[in-house]
Amino acid sequence: MENLKALAYELRENVIDMIVEGKAGHIGGDMSVMEILTEIYFDQMNISPENMDDPDRDKFIMSKGHSVEAYYAVLAAKGFFDIKDVIATFSKFGSQFIGHPNNKLPGIEMNSGSLGHGLPVSVGMALAGKMDKKDYRVYTVMGDGEIAEGSVWEGAMAASHYKLDNLCAVIDRNRLQISGNTEDVMAHDDVHERWSSFGWNVIDVADGNDIDQLKAAFDAAKEVKGKPTVLVANTVKGKGSSVMENKANWHHKVPNAEELEQIRKDLAERKEAARRG
Amino acid sequence: MAKIANKQVICDILVEAGKKDKDIVALCSDSRGSASFTGFANELPEQFVETGIAEQNLVSISAGLAKCGKKPYAASPACFLSTRSYEQCKVDVAYSNTNVKLVGISGGVSYGALGMSHHSAQDIAAMSAVPNMRVYIPSDHFQTECLMKELIKDEKPAYIRVGRNAVDDVYEEGNVPFEMDKATVICEGCDVAIIACGEMVKPAKDAAELLKAEGISAGVVDMYCVKPLDTEAIVKAASGAKAVVTVEEHAPFGGLGSMVSQVVGSECPKKVINIALPDAPVITGTSKEVFDHYKMTAEGIAEKAKEALK
Ligand SMILES: Cc1ncc(C[n+]2csc(CCOP(=O)(O)OP(=O)(O)O)c2C)c(N)n1
Ligand SMILES: [Mg+2]
Repeated sequence: MENLKALAYELRENVIDMIVEGKAGHIGGDMSVMEILTEIYFDQMNISPENMDDPDRDKFIMSKGHSVEAYYAVLAAKGFFDIKDVIATFSKFGSQFIGHPNNKLPGIEMNSGSLGHGLPVSVGMALAGKMDKKDYRVYTVMGDGEIAEGSVWEGAMAASHYKLDNLCAVIDRNRLQISGNTEDVMAHDDVHERWSSFGWNVIDVADGNDIDQLKAAFDAAKEVKGKPTVLVANTVKGKGSSVMENKANWHHKVPNAEELEQIRKDLAERKEAARRG
Repeated sequence: MAKIANKQVICDILVEAGKKDKDIVALCSDSRGSASFTGFANELPEQFVETGIAEQNLVSISAGLAKCGKKPYAASPACFLSTRSYEQCKVDVAYSNTNVKLVGISGGVSYGALGMSHHSAQDIAAMSAVPNMRVYIPSDHFQTECLMKELIKDEKPAYIRVGRNAVDDVYEEGNVPFEMDKATVICEGCDVAIIACGEMVKPAKDAAELLKAEGISAGVVDMYCVKPLDTEAIVKAASGAKAVVTVEEHAPFGGLGSMVSQVVGSECPKKVINIALPDAPVITGTSKEVFDHYKMTAEGIAEKAKEALK
């Protein structure tokens, strides 16, 4: 198996290139979600450019659509498009690689960007799977600020009502949103109890930037019958470099030359460390 | 002097007013930074309500506050405010007639390359179709200031849309003609009447200059009050010209162009050309690149005006 830990750092480097080149990007959330996406796409899901038309393949919705740069990096690594094209054109005039997921691009199922849509749409996809007696699984990733949207809870209710054990949601619990700490903006530290009371199987991932812990959680989710599973993945916003880590103002930011140098150095070091194992 | 964004003017006026009137409340949905409302949140924390990323909640809470005597200003990106919380705007604000001012920030294609989820090209149509909802799209910071001072005085629902970035001035210090709910006539002309709102007023004004150089007399009307629409101003401008051109940062249906066409069609029929965004996801780019691409520029407007006169 590929070294997914090192891969996640390599993909972060792609993200940095995109953001620097395109002069825009939701950098903090890209960095926090990278291991989640890497584990889903390279280990959990049965999905590739070759099987996109197969009705039995697994499905994914990037509900926190603003982290599209991370999503592009992962999709490119899966062979859906060339990373060079993304880096060269991201956010630029006339580009197809816009600042949120768009399903005109190969590999992207649904358009997103307005928060709070991914879970209810995933419920529909999982419900269709039940109706058609298919074995595919549906994955979606939400931000922790995002789950203040009422639609998330409407979807959560429906998912447990319909016993959608083929649905696995992930909350990128990085504890930050645009205006600061999630607990100051709209507190939900009892996130585990809330989802649990909505009838979900809840798995806390102590380190949501650790591929091994994520793998164990996703694997465990597959064994749970009769209810949907949500992973509360405790991540670090801006993960990868001390320049960005746990800093609210890095939600959307383009690093300056000095910051960039440090970020590149930090990412390279961590990638090397991950390679060595 | 650094340019001031319209949203910044809104916040500054609310801070001043809020210091005197404790019933003025500002609400944001994780949008205080993008709304430039951080100043209000910091200076008047007791009068600031954060709802988190929950636009429907934002609007309904505002309505509840208004019902109990508060004067809420709910600021959130125009795209979410006008579509995600549309029903709350319709039922809890307009229909129930609560004194809520809805401030749609980063309107139109301000969010550029973030794509269609973040563009508000339907808000004029959506909001105008709701009885008892007023719709204002000021052009520059001078006009925004005049508008806000009037809105603070009244107790009725309104939707105000402003762009993300500071824009060029249309008016100048000491010369800001403004009457509430009356369009501002920037100049009169006998060949073509150009009626615009918001960020399109400036290029419309510049287009009139370009046309003048070619011997074409163009009138320009700043229709910041999209609803209640100043039909009198439309009829006056259109009657005195051979053709009408409308310009707006909105989809081609249901916006200013549609409304002006209705008025001209029934009151003083003549050719009306609507300049608007396409009925499609707009091309990726900054708002300037988008405007250039769709010829929503002084040159593009002048060109269309000449076409209208053919
Ligand atoms: C419906 C909606 N409201 C507001 C926004 C603007 N917005 C984009 S990202 C963001 C903050 C997201 O925070 P969080 O969900 O915690 O994501 P992360 O920390 O992973 O970036 C907001 C408010 C949006 N995209 N959609
Ligand atoms: Mg977050």
